[in-house]
Amino acid sequence: MGATGEPVISMRGIRAELGSRPVLRGIDLTVRHGEVVALLGANGSGKSTAVRSVIGQVPVSAGQIELFGTPRHRFRDWARVGYVPQRTTAAGGVPATVTEVVSSGRLSRARFGMLRKADHAAVRRALEVVGMADRAKDSVNALSGGQHQRVLIARALASEPDLLIMDEPMAGVDLASQEVLAGTLRDQVASGTTVLLVLHELGPLEPLIDRAVVLRDGCVTHDGPPPKAVGQHALPGHDHVHPHAAHDAEPIRTGLLS
Amino acid sequence: MDFLDYAFMQRALLAAVLVGITAPAIGIYLVQRRQALMGDGIGHVAMTGVGLGFLLSWSPVWMATIVSILGAVLMELIRWFGRTRGDIALAMLFYGGMAGGVMFINLAPTGSNANLTSYLFGSLSTVSESDVTAICVLAAFVVLVTLGLRRQLFAVSQDEEFARVTGLPVRALNLLTAITAAVTVTVAMRVVGLLLVSALMVVPVAAAQQLTRSFAATFAVAVAIGVAVTLGGTITSYYQDVPPGATIVLLTIGAFVVLTALAAPLARRRARALATAHPAGDPAECAIPATRAAGDEVGV
Repeated sequence: MGATGEPVISMRGIRAELGSRPVLRGIDLTVRHGEVVALLGANGSGKSTAVRSVIGQVPVSAGQIELFGTPRHRFRDWARVGYVPQRTTAAGGVPATVTEVVSSGRLSRARFGMLRKADHAAVRRALEVVGMADRAKDSVNALSGGQHQRVLIARALASEPDLLIMDEPMAGVDLASQEVLAGTLRDQVASGTTVLLVLHELGPLEPLIDRAVVLRDGCVTHDGPPPKAVGQHALPGHDHVHPHAAHDAEPIRTGLLS
Repeated sequence: MDFLDYAFMQRALLAAVLVGITAPAIGIYLVQRRQALMGDGIGHVAMTGVGLGFLLSWSPVWMATIVSILGAVLMELIRWFGRTRGDIALAMLFYGGMAGGVMFINLAPTGSNANLTSYLFGSLSTVSESDVTAICVLAAFVVLVTLGLRRQLFAVSQDEEFARVTGLPVRALNLLTAITAAVTVTVAMRVVGLLLVSALMVVPVAAAQQLTRSFAATFAVAVAIGVAVTLGGTITSYYQDVPPGATIVLLTIGAFVVLTALAAPLARRRARALATAHPAGDPAECAIPATRAAGDEVGV
């Protein structure tokens, strides 16, 4: 646990390419201890690439990334980071129970992959937090989309992280499950967890967000209080799909700043 | 049980049991990461090893082990660095491996396609004392890896990206999986043959998951099926004059068909049990609730 205000994620001048196409063109982003930061932007704006560069999944061609004050390539304390990748399913090619999947999230705290009593207790707590304790022994194949997302979040919470990084945790989740997830996140934030999350829209998480960072074409275009949705965009369930004919023809409207 | 009196049958049964354990044990991780046919690819590459063994007058088993490990590592490297056409590179590796095997064995003074056939389809009755030693050592390695590192291998095979963020050495574990699969292929080579080995890695796992809900149970049932069919196939081939490799593979597919047929009523019973446990969760008939819940709000 660090003092409030200490940088937990620090990105300076981050550039990244996928193939020859530049996806991040000099991103500066600092997430301080206790903050909840939303990364917003249209499809292809680079928001997923930005968080995946933080965890080392995407190679960076320039710039510096620090996690908890340590340069990322020397950072080893992965138990402090909980990651929810962008997925629609928690299932693999072989059946696995909810507990088995969530237990993988505890490996960062386990030595030599041995789970002790305290580790099993942490896995159970993570399942209770997302309201999936009664499904612990069920196969993940039997779950709905929202329940898959709750399992993925429980897996990230199993290591009792200080920092949660979530990539579109609300994708494909119905509103009722979104409320459950928002409640989970509220409890985590209240206990001092720092959160960086990629969102397509603010939705039920809006009251939790301290700061919004909007990306466009790999550059930060807004860093400050979350933009207020107005008009039709503010309606619950509005999914911000705009049938633009050619996105070069007019400025990209994320529906968040317009 | 008179077959137990013969030394060649004792060796054959020991080799068969070890293959029955190891092939599904590593195969489950390949199926989990949706690389079910990787074993087949390694089997093709191992043929070059067998051919080289004959050409250089080396043990074909050990030569095949070395070459298939190199091939498996190469496949893993293609997966890392290969950009768009990884499948083409893999195809070249597979067929290059097969062609290399045929070429080398025909160049060898003592080799012919007849020798190759015993490796392609297995030749359980000719398993020698030194083959058994090699199979035991290699099988011990496979069991050690697949059981000892089961949590790590599970995490990496389930979600590679997430595993990286838990600090697991993902690349090392991927390489270890590839090497273990290669070792298993050479263990199984004398029993079911290089062309059929992948069946024993994949089909017992596919059969087991018709019945199971957890990874641990799938692992146990797959290994049990593997041991049952390899023993059954070997004993059948002793009494009836049939090739053991083909018998084992057909028995495995038979087990899959039977378990799939059993699975449907089992799934129905589970669904009923679930419905009684959570009556509200799954009502038998549709009813329109009087009040609207948050979940009823559908975006337009």
